[in-house]
Amino acid sequence: MAQQEIEVILARHLAEQLVMPIFIVSPSGDLLFYNESAESILGCRYDETGVMPASELSTIFKTVDQDGKSMNPDDLPIVIALTQRHPAHKRFWIRGLDGALRQIDVTAFPLNAQAQRFLGAVAIFWEVPQ
Amino acid sequence: MKVTLWGTRGSLATPGPGTIRYGGNTSCVSVEADDGTLLVLDAGTGIRGLGRSLPPDLKRVHILLTHLHMDHIEGLPFFAPLRRPGVEVHICGPASTMQSLRKRLLRYLSPPLFPVSLRELLSDVHFYELPSGTIEIGEFTVSAQLVIHYNPTVGFRIQGPRGTMTYLPDHEPALGVRRFPPEAEWTSGYALAEGVDLLLHDAQYTSEEYQTHAGFGHSTIKQAFRFAELAGAAQFVPFHHDPDHDDDFLDQMIAETVAEMQPAFQVTPGKEGTVFEVGAGG
Repeated sequence: MAQQEIEVILARHLAEQLVMPIFIVSPSGDLLFYNESAESILGCRYDETGVMPASELSTIFKTVDQDGKSMNPDDLPIVIALTQRHPAHKRFWIRGLDGALRQIDVTAFPLNAQAQRFLGAVAIFWEVPQ
Repeated sequence: MKVTLWGTRGSLATPGPGTIRYGGNTSCVSVEADDGTLLVLDAGTGIRGLGRSLPPDLKRVHILLTHLHMDHIEGLPFFAPLRRPGVEVHICGPASTMQSLRKRLLRYLSPPLFPVSLRELLSDVHFYELPSGTIEIGEFTVSAQLVIHYNPTVGFRIQGPRGTMTYLPDHEPALGVRRFPPEAEWTSGYALAEGVDLLLHDAQYTSEEYQTHAGFGHSTIKQAFRFAELAGAAQFVPFHHDPDHDDDFLDQMIAETVAEMQPAFQVTPGKEGTVFEVGAGG
């Protein structure tokens, strides 16, 4: 069985201890891990889904801007962190599996490791109080 | 391959009447191949005895450092082949984002911490940085991978023609984990230890001691047993003994853990001077 890189394992350990919803994605965009707080946004439990392919993830989240228009995926912080490999932050709306519309801030940053290894990205969701 | 334990103590050399059977020297293990290839895993104080045992006509040796904490490098300047002209000494260790391996070692191997500088040694010394990856050394295939411990630290898996061994002397895979072990995919060091014939693994603490030492970078003996079970190791050697654990304490700690956990693998206490012939039966 393949093992995740140590930096990704440590990122998961940190995420498990924090209360902010945190997502860890692979370089190809697969959702490697999400913590307990993130489960309520996704509407499913990590223990049940395990790693989620990028294609499946895009069907779970619906992201809209302040005018209610669907967002271009390339503008999402996690996509910027993955493709451009620099941190990004944005406020927008999401509709999760539970159907509720939430306004959130998302901060995403790339996981750049030693020896020029790129390991993916981490996204933190901050729900905006209404 | 022939694996010899020259130092099994963690943190600090601990000579004295209470540590005669397990030994007081800090981490050092030699791995010899049938073709004469010699690997030295870590350069704790145990490396001095190894150096004295090597033939004077030794031409080449490879020293693989898991990390640069003192108990893993303090014996380096006392390794006799380093002072012999014509000997090739290849030193591999984890990379850092700040300084080269050579520069980091020089912080110890130079005045005022040590009177002789590395450049005054007579052997032909080469440095290699190994954050992760696989290299071929003689008939060995050596895999290095970063593992959970303070500062950049790697573990090693050594594949020979007839067997494999894994060396994880300083390792805290249970750090931050709610239930240990988690799935293999999410366990530090698993890829290095999967299905290995001989596993040398950090077993520094009792469960009680871990209550006040979590995050220090080391494992309890029970965590080490669980890790060996997860990896499917055939033989497990508790290693990196705490300086405060004397021979009688270690005998009891290991015996009680074996009795409680009933492991499916063979357990051999990590005692200085122990020799393993890995793959000898195959």
